[in-house]
Amino acid sequence: MPISRAITTRRRRMSATLLATLLAIALLASCSLGGGSAGSSASTAKTVVLATHDSWAMSPKVLREFTRRSGYTVKVEKNGDAGALTNKLVLTKGSPIADATFGIDNTFASRAVDQGVLTAYRAPHRPRSAASYALPDPKEAARMTPIDYGDVCVNIDDVWFRKHRVTPPRTLDDLARPAYRNLFVTPGATTSSPGLAFLLATIAKYGKDWPAYWRRLMANGTKLTSGWSDAYDVDFTAGGGHGSRPIVLSYASSPPFTIPKGASRPTTSALLDTCFRQVEYAGVLAGARDPAGAKAFVDFMTQRSFQAALPENMYVFPVDRSVSLPPDWAKFARTASKPFTVPPAEIARNRDTWLRQWGEITSR
Amino acid sequence: MSRQTSTRWSSGLGLLALAAVPLAVLGVFFVLPVAGMVGRGFFTSGSFDPVGVLEILGRGQVRRVLWFTLWASTAATAVTVVLGVPVTFVLHRLRLPGRRVLRAFVVMPFVMPTVVVGVAFRTLVASSGPLGRWHLDGTPVAIIAAMVFFNLAVVVRTVGALWGGLDRRREEAAAALGASPVQVLRTVTLPALMPGIVSAASVVFLFCASSFGVVLTLGGLRYSTVETEIYLLTTQFLDLRAASALSVLQLVVVCALLYVAQRTRTAQEQVLDRAGHRHTTRRPCARDWPVLSVTAGVLAFLAAPLVTLVARSLQVDGGWSLQSYRALTTTGPGGALLVTASQALANSWRVAVDATLLAMLLGVLVSVVVSRRPRAPLERRGLAVLDALFMLPLGVSAVTVGFGFLVTLDRPPLDLRSSVLLVPIAQAMVALPLVVRTLSPVLRSVDPRQRQAAASLGASPLRVLVTVDLPTLWRPLLAATGFAFAVSLGEFGATSFLVRPDRPTLPVVIYQLVSRPGEQSFGMAMAASVVLGTVTVAAMGLVERVRIGSLGTL
Repeated sequence: MPISRAITTRRRRMSATLLATLLAIALLASCSLGGGSAGSSASTAKTVVLATHDSWAMSPKVLREFTRRSGYTVKVEKNGDAGALTNKLVLTKGSPIADATFGIDNTFASRAVDQGVLTAYRAPHRPRSAASYALPDPKEAARMTPIDYGDVCVNIDDVWFRKHRVTPPRTLDDLARPAYRNLFVTPGATTSSPGLAFLLATIAKYGKDWPAYWRRLMANGTKLTSGWSDAYDVDFTAGGGHGSRPIVLSYASSPPFTIPKGASRPTTSALLDTCFRQVEYAGVLAGARDPAGAKAFVDFMTQRSFQAALPENMYVFPVDRSVSLPPDWAKFARTASKPFTVPPAEIARNRDTWLRQWGEITSR
Repeated sequence: MSRQTSTRWSSGLGLLALAAVPLAVLGVFFVLPVAGMVGRGFFTSGSFDPVGVLEILGRGQVRRVLWFTLWASTAATAVTVVLGVPVTFVLHRLRLPGRRVLRAFVVMPFVMPTVVVGVAFRTLVASSGPLGRWHLDGTPVAIIAAMVFFNLAVVVRTVGALWGGLDRRREEAAAALGASPVQVLRTVTLPALMPGIVSAASVVFLFCASSFGVVLTLGGLRYSTVETEIYLLTTQFLDLRAASALSVLQLVVVCALLYVAQRTRTAQEQVLDRAGHRHTTRRPCARDWPVLSVTAGVLAFLAAPLVTLVARSLQVDGGWSLQSYRALTTTGPGGALLVTASQALANSWRVAVDATLLAMLLGVLVSVVVSRRPRAPLERRGLAVLDALFMLPLGVSAVTVGFGFLVTLDRPPLDLRSSVLLVPIAQAMVALPLVVRTLSPVLRSVDPRQRQAAASLGASPLRVLVTVDLPTLWRPLLAATGFAFAVSLGEFGATSFLVRPDRPTLPVVIYQLVSRPGEQSFGMAMAASVVLGTVTVAAMGLVERVRIGSLGTL
């Protein structure tokens, strides 16, 4: 019976194929998340969950030290920028996504506290120098412990100014002068937190007249980008993209990163009369599953090992002034002696109005 | 009569059972979060206030944003289709040397992280760049060009899956009867491809309308779309009412679009002769020069930003070096990353395997169901709704879905916020519409009489599927698998929202690297993007080479 034999062999071949396919799927699955040991992170040890922003970075060594001291392991949950982080915490305050939080800054602190996201806790052994970074409002200060700060400042490409024999700018006023036409690039205030800090610097400087200043700035050919990396890496002459603008909004800690190989000095510098100081805070979330662990981690963030690791990991300055900075920082990352400030409560009250107004001025 | 009714009923129930799993997944991971988030906007201080939401839709800003979203997406979709169809022809119908590599190359842009492509595009169009004198930086032209760049792959893949298996004899017959090439194209080829083209165009439109990074980066904050508005309103202003209003608006637009697409597609649907294992390609000849030159132009357009990326990944301190690539096995300058880029790639790979399996499983189920042709109009309408339902995730704001996850999936029995499976599930939801859009036009083009013939000869439904549908579907299945894999490897929006920081995927690491100061980090980000693109292209190329010989001849 040749026909029936042909049919059986074919059927056999078919089942062999199906078997092969199934095997292949099984193999694939074994190198997937579900199949491996991936999901089985033994949760016998105590875990504290930290909600933070995307710029969080901390060396595993430092975090292990926390585990050794407290018995807790830290699980880090990143949640967008400081704004997105704050808003997520507000939206989930009934059942918080974490135990502790780090990264809400002085521009968002009031919203977080007003909305009842945080419970009253302040690290008891915080360094003495931290006091000068505490929030002015007592209710806010009782809930948020300052951890680090960074100055958002206008940076310039010194090499470009030397080569073109142009006197570099020094102040916010200078940026609107014709001599610096089409030379400045900054990330936008609505899409970038350094961008918002710069807007606040101009509000601190010009008060009610800030819209007029921004109109002059825009008329002078200021370029807006959506994010910091876009401004620094594409448009800035000293960034990776070799752009066409030698003035950029960045941080006081940026210059050390522009020391060329073999050289000893950076090619850029920060204008210290243009800075806005961002202070980042940590706190214990209301309704935290493990408040004791949250408190332990907030304490740990104020202590020496964590404080000393901040510059290298997150490019910010520790609030503990007694820890020593990395050598390049000590030399080239200076901070503003008189940074611009706007009281957090005032920011909370006016942020939306300011941003809408800013959006209208800049989108024309 | 009663027997007929009962079979129809049982077939209807069978279809429903097939659709039940995908529907449940969609319900939990899409409908519930979106409803939760939009619902919050409708309640002001505890009371239901729909009027307040509707008032927002009357604002001038909303009208402006909607208008820009619609026209920019329409323009980008039109350009993508017009350029994509000739490229599909060349890559799927002409026996061009290296066409497999080119096919894989076309998909590369689709998986490149937006933030990196944004930088590459801006390097080209910025006033100091090679295209600087055209002053495109910050204009809608730059935004639309980037949308086309990202989405050409969708057209080439979806239409290619249909076109690649199309029998050439109909066209040849028309030509033999004296039709000119243009007539053949107009009367035979295009009508046959129309369902695929409409499918692809609707996907492209949804991708464009919901694109976000591209608009922010290339528009220089001067242009906003519904998507970028929702992002700003939710993450910066915490204005949930306005965000809800815009989310509803987005849903309305998407539904309208899907309705139109559905109408056009059903009007065009026809049974097609499949080529089986006959040759569907031919040698290029002299009269192909118009399509060949369009393809060359398109490939150059796709290559330009990619070349910029490669160049920047190889530049260190003004010289050429592989240092950025070597750094991928480290945790970056100062050990800033939690895992090395190579570990992140391994994570990406694992997640992609899961996401692809899930997307294919659900996608095949959905495609089989929606490509049936029931006689009762009610059933047919039901299927159309079902079909559209699975497209919705592409058109609705990732921010709304992401925040929705947080506010709805937070308590038992659905306490899923920190589950490892969330990332593959979210990616599968993005890949699913593409899988369905690749498979269902092909399934619909299978002659139902073949299935009926097989069934009347006593074949079980499973047997019918294996002997009639699977042989035609084999190639599109591989194409869809490769595509789903690529989507998952490149997905950033939902992933960055849900991923566990100790297990980041490569796009997430690239994003972290780009947002850190220092040329070293930047070089690493560029190198990692090149690696991501290359791995994706290689993986897709391999998937397409898989052939199980015996199945094709059954």
